[in-house]
Amino acid sequence: MSEPATDPLPDPSIARAQASGSTGSAGGSSHRRLLALIVKEYAQIRRDPSTFLIAFAMPLLLLFLFGYAISLDPRETRVALVVQDDSAPAARLAQAYVHSPYFDVTPLNAVIPARALMEEGAIHGFVVIPPDFGRSVARGAPRPIQIVTDGTQPNQATFIASYAEGVRLNWMASEMAMRAGEARATGMGPPIDVSQRMWFNPGLQSRYFLVPGAIAIVMTMIGTLLTALVVAREWERGTMEALLATPMRMIEFILSKVLPYFLLGMGSMALCTVIAVTAFGLPFRGSIFALFAIAAAFLLPALGLGLFISAGTRNQFVASQVALLASFLPTFLLSGFIFEIGSMPWPIQALTYAVPARYLIPALQTVFMAGDIWPIILPNILIMLGFGLLFFILCFRATRRSLD
Amino acid sequence: MADPIAPSVGVAAPVATATGIVKIFGEARALDGVDLAVVPGKVTGLVGPDGAGKTTLIRVLAGLMASDEGAVSILEGPPAERLDAIGYMPQRFGLYEDLTVRENLVLYAEMRGLPREAQESVFRRLLEFTDLARFQARPAGKLSGGMKQKLGLACALVSTPPLLLLDEPGVGVDPISRRELWAMVAELTREGIGVLWSTAYLDEAELCDTVYLLSEGRMLFTGPPAELTGAIHNRVIRVTGFAERRREALTRALDRPDVIDGTLQGRAIRLLIGEGEKVPDAAALDMGPDTQVTPTPARFEDGFIERLGGGPEGTSALAAAYREIPASDAPAIEAKGLTKRFGEFTAAQDVSFTVPRGHIFGLLGPNGAGKSTTFKMLCGLLTPSEGSGSVAGYDLRRAAARARSSLGYMAQKFSLYGDLSVAQNLDFFAGAYDLSGAEAREAIARVTEIFELGAHLKRNAGTLPLGFKQRLALACAVMHEPPVLFLDEPTSGVDPVMRREFWTHINGLVRRGVTVLVTTHFMDEAEYCDDVTLIYRARQIASGPPDSLKAQAARLTGKDDPTMEDAFIALIEASDADGEAEEAA
Repeated sequence: MSEPATDPLPDPSIARAQASGSTGSAGGSSHRRLLALIVKEYAQIRRDPSTFLIAFAMPLLLLFLFGYAISLDPRETRVALVVQDDSAPAARLAQAYVHSPYFDVTPLNAVIPARALMEEGAIHGFVVIPPDFGRSVARGAPRPIQIVTDGTQPNQATFIASYAEGVRLNWMASEMAMRAGEARATGMGPPIDVSQRMWFNPGLQSRYFLVPGAIAIVMTMIGTLLTALVVAREWERGTMEALLATPMRMIEFILSKVLPYFLLGMGSMALCTVIAVTAFGLPFRGSIFALFAIAAAFLLPALGLGLFISAGTRNQFVASQVALLASFLPTFLLSGFIFEIGSMPWPIQALTYAVPARYLIPALQTVFMAGDIWPIILPNILIMLGFGLLFFILCFRATRRSLD
Repeated sequence: MADPIAPSVGVAAPVATATGIVKIFGEARALDGVDLAVVPGKVTGLVGPDGAGKTTLIRVLAGLMASDEGAVSILEGPPAERLDAIGYMPQRFGLYEDLTVRENLVLYAEMRGLPREAQESVFRRLLEFTDLARFQARPAGKLSGGMKQKLGLACALVSTPPLLLLDEPGVGVDPISRRELWAMVAELTREGIGVLWSTAYLDEAELCDTVYLLSEGRMLFTGPPAELTGAIHNRVIRVTGFAERRREALTRALDRPDVIDGTLQGRAIRLLIGEGEKVPDAAALDMGPDTQVTPTPARFEDGFIERLGGGPEGTSALAAAYREIPASDAPAIEAKGLTKRFGEFTAAQDVSFTVPRGHIFGLLGPNGAGKSTTFKMLCGLLTPSEGSGSVAGYDLRRAAARARSSLGYMAQKFSLYGDLSVAQNLDFFAGAYDLSGAEAREAIARVTEIFELGAHLKRNAGTLPLGFKQRLALACAVMHEPPVLFLDEPTSGVDPVMRREFWTHINGLVRRGVTVLVTTHFMDEAEYCDDVTLIYRARQIASGPPDSLKAQAARLTGKDDPTMEDAFIALIEASDADGEAEEAA
């Protein structure tokens, strides 16, 4: 029969598929049902502001946080410098501190006001160059300087201590060089010259490794959390019951969740990458193909885990809690993007091998910083695909076509 | 044993049969050897209180659950292979709230493989049938309850299945929508569809062709509803002539050995006489000189009560132990122009009434009409935008806490702590109502004895049978002997014997001077009220004793002896007509 043009179907794709779909049996064909479920899912994603926020607003927020606000590099930390010696070497050391890009130095001449500033929280540490410092240097046995840090913020304290020590070592080296220059004039050989170069991330900027981490977080949220929530929502609102009473097969239902959220995750990942490269100036030395292959390999276990969780819980609140514990936190803490895996105690290190994101981070970092180094990327992709297979098997075993 | 589903002559083969179905959840036998058949072209009623096993049986029929014993056959095949023959509407209708009316229809049409060339004509027919054509582009979540129900029905009907399973389609829907739904189902049966309609409303049973009465997982009765009522048709009487003393009269009547059940019906009482007893006349009842006895038609509910072994005695142990609420000139509950606005939306507009001490007052209305808003303002849970109110003489604006402490509150679905034991619930509510150590112990011991909770004290409240949940909820609400009781749909879904027991307590308390405010969309509960007010679209459209509302309805419709539900529908329709006339003017 012919239809009036004023009755549009909600999606033209249904109309297009009409010719092929109408030959199905009374129970309907599988691809028609799958298509109808995907069209439904698409309409829901489009209308649900929370999905949109998680897929597009959250990546922007995370990138902004990791790109600008959170930085693991110490910059312009406020410290005081107490110089109790007026010799030339002491002045040169003091200059070295003042010129260091890491410190915002307040010069003082006594320890007591420095302690007062510490107690106020105005400074986070101070360095004391002791009396007689210049003379001890001249003797060839420099007196130790004192570095005092605010232990209430242990990370910062460690940074201040090591950077302050670094400044002193640099100063020592230049003092030695000066003396060597003098010595060369008197016929002695040059000292060993060490020059450091950092490969792949010459400025050692933390955003270079935080941004790939943000991409991992975003894909985890979409793949696991969002998927677990939307399936649990079908159970909670009773729509699952109505769907199960139709001739739908479970594989159709699962595919109707996997495909849209896979595309959403890839889209969100692409958005992150574009912003990371254009707005944050991240290098992108690999190929787009490698990037998409890595992301796709990671989304499989993420989606599989999300579906597995919702098959077991059938409740949005519990599903979100389990998804946070089983995927978000491990991705955050154990994937190595913030906390280096090499410096974790060995039982925790062992645990990281069970976190799919652990294999995503090095692969992503390689594509961004180094290029398509397949011997690094490929094993990681294979391991992630293995996890994906495992989670999907678990998911199919846990999903029964029944309300029991 | 004879086949319990003896098919009458000339009836077509059933579209669905279930034989000997047993379904066990943990320890509980949700279904215990149940037989059922759905015949084409007929409405088969699956009737029973909440928790009887109706939903479980429907899910077994729909192929959503496997039974532990017994066999199900849909069109002579297992349900899993006949999914395209079953139209199923779950309790919450199974609609996608963020999809439009049309998108929901398309989804279910595609899921059920309705040929695409047929879709347009099927949708047009269904949309016309359900009167939803104007709302095609509206998201399902933005439809009213009645409209959602119709859309759920349309979605279950897209592939014109020979079997339609409706799981409590009437719950929470106003009586007008319920009537419209019945009309639609009647039309479907004329087309030959076999309909299974499950319900907890016993009045709906009378509309079915065949009824299966389910109670605690067993069939109590199978057959046409008239067969159940026929067995008692000359044993139901209506007694009038004691308007002001009707509660006392009911108590005395129920205490008689020959009376097995009785209810208030406005100013009259309605009694069911035991089998083999002589139906008493006015003299035998001995209730005063004006007493008149008239026979009255038996209802399905009377038959159910008889099958359950009769209702409780008329004397309430709770009322006997309750303090006498002192008389006072001030009204116990007063609402003066209560208005609540949420932004642009007015949820309650100028609601006013007074309830004197020792009266039951009912707030009636469809869901979303403003009953709960009014109720919450009187509880002090919502601050009125305008107007004022008082409870037990305490002004809600100035002494909300004192007003609250002088009322006992029983929420819909009982709001007990399901994970706490019965004893812990009692302890908690004693504390919440500020009873001190010795008082609390005494109050808990008293209600434990009255409500026979002793055997269940250690059990978690969530696992109690519905009747005990209701007793516990009432026990918690009256432990501090408040002068005022607020009841929110207190007996919807419970079986009629438990409902009788509940109202026996309430009637007893009222005679002690307790004042009761009830919200309900359940017309039976309205009959127990001295006065009711009907709230519709945030306004009071009618107020007065149930009998005078029925009289108004009789004038409006020309029907003599309308039920409370008839009155409800007539008054709402009259209000809609007035509204349209106003708009036109």
